Amino acid sequence: MIRYLANRLMTMALTLAVVSALVFFIVNLPPGDFLSNQIAELQAQGESASIEKAEFLRKQYSLDQPQWKQYFIWLGAMPGPDGYSGLLQGDWGWSFEFDQPVSEVLEEALWLTVVVNLAAMLFIYVVSLPLGTIAAVRAGGITDYVVAIIGYIGLATPNFLLALILLYYGQQYLGIPIGGLVDPVYEGEPMSWAKFKSILAHLIVPTIVIGTAGTASMIRRLRANLLDELGKPYVATAKAKGVGPVKRVVKYPLRAALNPFIADIGNLLPSLVSGSVLVSVVLSLPTLGPALLAALRSQDHYLAGFILLFVSALTLVGMLISDILLAILDPRIRFGGRSR
Amino acid sequence: MTPLDPNTRYTDTAAYGDDTDIGGARPDLDMPTGKLIRRRFMRHRLAVVSALFLAFLYLCIPFVELIAPYSANQRNADYLYAPPQALHFFHEGALVAPYVHPVTAKADLEKFQWTYTQDQTQRQTVRWFCKGEPYRFWGLFEARGHLICPPEGGTLYLLGADRLGRDVFSRLVYGMRISLTVGLIGITISLLIGVTLGGMAGYFGGWIDSTVQRMIEVIRSLPELPIWLALSAAVPPQWSPVAVFFMISVILGLLDWPGLARAVRSKLLSLREEEFVRAAELLGAKPARIIRTHLIPNFMSHIVVSASLSIPAMILGETALSFLGLGLRPPAVSWGVMLNDAQDLTVIEFYPWVASAMIPVMLVVLAFNFLGDGLRDAMDPYN
Repeated sequence: MIRYLANRLMTMALTLAVVSALVFFIVNLPPGDFLSNQIAELQAQGESASIEKAEFLRKQYSLDQPQWKQYFIWLGAMPGPDGYSGLLQGDWGWSFEFDQPVSEVLEEALWLTVVVNLAAMLFIYVVSLPLGTIAAVRAGGITDYVVAIIGYIGLATPNFLLALILLYYGQQYLGIPIGGLVDPVYEGEPMSWAKFKSILAHLIVPTIVIGTAGTASMIRRLRANLLDELGKPYVATAKAKGVGPVKRVVKYPLRAALNPFIADIGNLLPSLVSGSVLVSVVLSLPTLGPALLAALRSQDHYLAGFILLFVSALTLVGMLISDILLAILDPRIRFGGRSR
Repeated sequence: MTPLDPNTRYTDTAAYGDDTDIGGARPDLDMPTGKLIRRRFMRHRLAVVSALFLAFLYLCIPFVELIAPYSANQRNADYLYAPPQALHFFHEGALVAPYVHPVTAKADLEKFQWTYTQDQTQRQTVRWFCKGEPYRFWGLFEARGHLICPPEGGTLYLLGADRLGRDVFSRLVYGMRISLTVGLIGITISLLIGVTLGGMAGYFGGWIDSTVQRMIEVIRSLPELPIWLALSAAVPPQWSPVAVFFMISVILGLLDWPGLARAVRSKLLSLREEEFVRAAELLGAKPARIIRTHLIPNFMSHIVVSASLSIPAMILGETALSFLGLGLRPPAVSWGVMLNDAQDLTVIEFYPWVASAMIPVMLVVLAFNFLGDGLRDAMDPYN
């Protein structure tokens, strides 16, 4: 198990390294950078004092260096000018647009992103496990059809539209608060029971919206797996021997069907994180989504780069968790190396 | 009984006809594969309906100028946010030529809104096959013909008008052109990359296989939408709409191929061990030829299915990008660009028809999904 874990962690670190290079490359694709754009603008207005500051920042964050050097400095593998130390040493760079370190700009957004995605994940599993099971056991029944219809709707509606619609009707008829993740009253206050409740109420719509598409596909998958399993002779044997209807399903077939269900976290998480970016923009949640959009628009490349890297790391960690869970569940994977 | 000569082959002297029973217990399975597939597919009602629906839409694409009553960006300042006008077919119980009621706008200075009232007493007959606004047909020549035109001196806003007084229905029809082709171009790119890389990985194995595998792993771990956003933010804003459109489709295709490459690879790995591949190799066929003529046809069905399931994802992707303002930009018209206008809640509350582009998006995505499901079932007729 330990060898398996070490192996898995190594691949993850390597993947992350490649991803970081890719992300840096993508973020730097547009010609120019935030500061050179700003300098050009300032020059047009003839403000020399601010130009000096911008030039200073350019030097400070090594934007005058060739790109491969910039990458290694950003990563922290190479010393930057004036003690700028890079990601590996915990310096996430400078957000030029907000004129603050990236770590301060994103302080809240980081954990909120994790919270929102975790909530969506929980929602998916809590909803799809019972619904998928019922849909499989009563295949062709009413539940099966209703679940299929909801599934198709979840599949076909763009996330952001679902967000808009739910937001509107949730507010209109149920009084669910609109926008943001916490009531403005509690903004900046320490955590308390009231603030916690407010956050929970604000989480309802985003969780449902982000989770719907994933829930739909999860239900379909669990249903298919369980149907396969239920058709096997041992289930018939159990029935013949008089095992009760619930135990007959839950004891063995469901456990066997759960395996791919958990393996799917790896597929589910990237799409979840993607979806949450878009939904946060629509619902104006203070997560990474809106920050990413703003950073990309203004070529604030340390901010954009860090967000992209963080989001990728989040998906990688999710995959790691799913692999570990699978290894715990399934000894074949633990001992046989890769099962694929 | 005459003894059989062991050196001659026994042949049946009876005439052979097409109606001869081929025999066997499974006459169903001995039909040509194409026929089996078609029959299986036809049984999947929903898939057939979806296929017809999609075929109809794609056939409409070359003729959008003809179908739309207005051009996509024609503004009318007198009808900002005009509500939909219903097309009436019956008047006092009798079937008449389709007509609409004229609409007049009045400014409500208390709510700062336009209020539109329909004059129920008057009827304006809609014109068919008429001369309307001029346009360049396929960029070749000037034309004025339309399938349907607003009545003389009146308006025809079948789905209402938007913020600038542009006809929503016409924009939907125009938007179809981009929204439906974006997926086709994207899937072509994804297929090219996926089949090439997956084919190479599966056929050659070794270091090529492991390189491709690592690439697949890296790309699969990237969250799709943020990367799409970053890539499309890199598209220079001064490019022409057509160039932007192609770039966006390329971007959508660039992240889609890993799933396909993976499937192609694993399929090839098993097919490579088959005897017919060995035979082709011994006859001196080159790898490219073996992959193209012997292996790919064997999993064509899989490629078709995964293509039909990937296209809707790309359509949704384009919609999302344009909705966020990072995809296509006006004056280009796509369903995503139209939904960009429906971003805030006031619009949804007061002028819901502006968001009507969501209905075709949903229908098309569903249709592609049903089509894919139907094809998947049909392509495997021996199961």
